[in-house]
Order: sequence, then structure tokens, then C-alpha cells
Amino acid sequence: MADKVLMKGNEAIGEAAIHAGCQCFFGYPITPQTEVAAYMSRRMPKVGRVFLQAESEVAAINMVYGAAGAGVRVMTSSSSPGISLKAEGISYIAGAELPCVIINIVRGGPGLGGIQPAQSDYFQATKGGGHGDYRLVVFAPASVQEMVDLVQDAFDVADKYRNPVMVMGDGMLGQMMEPVEFKERPKKELPEKTWAANGLKGREKHNVINSLFLKPEELEAHNNKLQEKYREIEKNEVRYELYNCDEEMDLVIVSYGTLSRICKNAIKMLKKEGINVGLIRPITLWPYPVEAFDKVIDKTKNGFISVEMSCGQMLEDVQLAVNGRKPVHFYGRSGGMVPTPAEIANKIKGIVGGAK
Amino acid sequence: MYEAAHGRAPAVATGIKRAVPDSVVFTYQGDGDLAAIGTAEIVHAAARGERITTIFVNNAIYGMTGGQMAPTTLPGQVTETSPYGRDVKTAGYPIRVSEMISTLDGAVYVERVSVDSVPNIIKAKKAIKKAFEIQLQGLGFSLVEVLSICPTNWGLSPNESVKWLRDNMIPYYPLGVKKDATTGEVK
Repeated sequence: MADKVLMKGNEAIGEAAIHAGCQCFFGYPITPQTEVAAYMSRRMPKVGRVFLQAESEVAAINMVYGAAGAGVRVMTSSSSPGISLKAEGISYIAGAELPCVIINIVRGGPGLGGIQPAQSDYFQATKGGGHGDYRLVVFAPASVQEMVDLVQDAFDVADKYRNPVMVMGDGMLGQMMEPVEFKERPKKELPEKTWAANGLKGREKHNVINSLFLKPEELEAHNNKLQEKYREIEKNEVRYELYNCDEEMDLVIVSYGTLSRICKNAIKMLKKEGINVGLIRPITLWPYPVEAFDKVIDKTKNGFISVEMSCGQMLEDVQLAVNGRKPVHFYGRSGGMVPTPAEIANKIKGIVGGAK
Repeated sequence: MYEAAHGRAPAVATGIKRAVPDSVVFTYQGDGDLAAIGTAEIVHAAARGERITTIFVNNAIYGMTGGQMAPTTLPGQVTETSPYGRDVKTAGYPIRVSEMISTLDGAVYVERVSVDSVPNIIKAKKAIKKAFEIQLQGLGFSLVEVLSICPTNWGLSPNESVKWLRDNMIPYYPLGVKKDATTGEVK
């Protein structure tokens, strides 16, 4: 067993990427993720790999496009406004089917917003962000340890499907320190990158990296192929945690990331008052864990509540998953305001009607 | 081969070269791409001394989108988006890319050539060869600006276009080596 070390979330991201064999990191400073770039600038040269501070987020994501197309493992990281700037490049990467890992340490928006923790990039991460019919796989870790594990998984999933993977945490997760362990990981069987544009390598023709299909028939065929891949990802890669969902429940919270840990504390508080509340914690925000809802829907008296640090963005996916079968409630704070367990517990008492 | 987003080729090329340092990497960019939307990417690739080569085709107009004003469009030049001629009071002045890039320490070799005549085409070939040699020697960034014609969007015959290039473009965009750090030459 590997030793446990105390690490800041953002630095753990960097170390996890190095463990996963990330060859190139292209970044640009933005609070609250700058420590990822700072860590990589220290570590990558020591392990003989590439760190480069780009002139902008736009350039950084295009450097990722270049390195990913050449077949190496590559990562970039940013925070909300920076991810907006990367959106063009992410769309090209998805269109050209290149694997890469994108970190978003979310801060409050819209616009320049603030620098405190938020989940307000849910739509951007799960519904597009850039132009065109594409999907990102989106991981939402709740602890620094889970961040370490998911960043490493993200590289495997990206390579397996030739698709960009986003790992999304909030500023809290990026900034806090927790003990982490870099576990020995079994070697994954992954397809060879025969498509990479890294020289002829004995091939007869050059590999071409592009996302341009001027003929509508060809672009539609390409889109259909992407959709098939997305259906495959939906089938294989859904991840979630069910917490306290075994018994009959008064209500089920749906919450992800660090906020889900605050919700667990609210659940413990409510239990003492005789109110039994479960939790669905999506770990993949896309593909969304619809099956988790099917598992608990008959056990919840008052339906579900989406608890978010955004203004009802995940709520829409909860409503789609529930599909009218039970009531769906909402509690959200935004702008960097982090709800307390008592606040969430009070909201829930208002719905289920106080102590039994 | 890669198709990069408009203006982003120097960043994509940087990613390729850093990932696979023994590969020979060049960007092929027009004037709208390189001198407007991609200004940041070309300046910083040059400033970093990326070991890549850029072939910059300057025909003083946006060709692919059908003849709009480019950053290199000459004062008074009529285009689809400067129908009364480029008025420098409102549309500003053309950018001399080679002169600008040659001020950067990371740029090792910068030359402007033209393809309006056989002797100039031979010179252009020599310049491009030299630019790639600079890359192969790992010396830094090299750029060759190629003045070229766009009969379709200039609304001229090929012969008239060649004359227009000579009479109008070359006086504004003087040919020659702007910088050669291998000989210490800076113009």
C-alpha cells in the first residue's frame, strides 16, 4: 500500500496526472486553479515532461489539440471564465475525436463573477459549452482522494473513447488539503493510437487531424458516429454513489462534489430528529446517473431535492430522470455562497413537514 | 496533417512540436488568420522561439470568405467590407508582420518574398528552404512572408494582379531578409 500524503486539491490534480502518464501540460493562470499550473511547472521538468505556460486559455487548449493529435497524454486546467475561452478548442477536440483531460475548478459566474466556490458551470460542462453536437465525459469528485483517482481514470476514459474528459471541482476542492494515496493501479487495456498524426511510422498515408466535413452527408455520418460513441459511454461509464438509501426515505437529496459532503452532514442532523433522507451523488455529471433514480424512486415519500451551488442547473437533469413520477424540489445558493448543513436541513424540514 | 481553428495554428504547432520534438512542424497561414484573429498566437510562438516554421501568405485580402478587408489590406484598397477603399482614419493601418516579428528575440529568421516573377519565386524557394534548415538545426522560430495574388477577390486578371502586386504591395511591404540571427543580420 502506498503512503498517505497531505496535499492541496490543485496540487493533487497535478501529481495524479503525472501518475497517469500525462506527457504535456499547457496552462494559464486563473484563480482558483493556478496551483495546478504552478505544481506542474515544478514537477514536469523534473520527470522529463513538458510544462508550458501559454499566452492565453485559447492558445493552451489549441496546444492540447496539437499534442493530443500527436498521440500523447495531455492535460490543461482552468476555471470558469477560462473554460469559456477554451470552449472553441474543446469543440474542435471533440469533433476531431482527440483524447485529453480538462480540469475546471469552478468559481462563481456569470462574467468575471467571483473567485469563491460554485457549481455554476454545470450547463457549460454537461450540455455543450462549445458549438455543435458533442459531449464531454464529466467527472465530479467530492474529495481530494477521489480527485486523484478520477483524474487518473479520466486519462483512461479519454483514450478508450477518443473523447475529451472534464474533471470538475469547485474552488473549495482545489484549495483544501486532505490526505491522499496514490494507489497502484492495474494497467488498462487501451486501444493503440493508430490515428495519431506523429509521422508516417511505416504507414502509407499521413494521418489527418481535423473536424471539417464540408459535405452535409459526411458531417451527418460523422455526427452519427459520435452519437453511437456517446450511447456506448452512457452504457459503460455512469458512476454514482447512493448514501443512506436502503430504508424508506422521507426525501432524497441529489447533490454532487464537495456540496454532497455538506448534504451528508445535513442527513445526519435530520436522522437525529427522526427524518430519514437519502442521497444520490452523481460522480459522472455526463453521462447522468438516471439509473440511480430508478433504484430509489419507490422508497421516497416526498420525492427528490436538487441541492446545488448554482441556480437550478442540475435540477433539469433531476426532473428528466424523475420524469414526473415524484415531486422534485430545489435548494441552491450561488455566487460563492456555500450552504451549511443546518440550512439544508431546514429546507428539507419545510418539505417533509418537520419532525415525526 | 492538422486542420487548426482559424488563427490557432501556431498554438497547435507548439503542442505538436513539444509533444514530438523530433518532428518537423510548419504552419501555413493567410493574412486574416495570422495577422488578425491569430495575432497573439503568432507573436507568442515567435517570442518563445518555438522550433517551428511559419509560411505566411499575404494577399492583402480575406480570400476564403470571399474578399473582405484584411489587416494587410492597403490604404485605399477596395474590398467587400471597405467598399469606398480602406480609410485609415476609421479602419487603421496595415500590419507589416515580418518587421513586427523580427523585433522578437525568439525569431531567428524572418524574410519577406514575393511570387510575382520567376526570379522572385526562386528567391522564395531559397528562403523557405533556409527557414526549414533553421528549424532542423533547432535554432528557433522562422517565418517566411509570401506576397501573393488573389485575382478572384481583387477583381483583376492574373496578369493585372501580378502588376498590382508589384505596383502596390511591394512598395508597402518591402522584400528581403528582415532578420537572420544566424548571421546577426537585422534590418
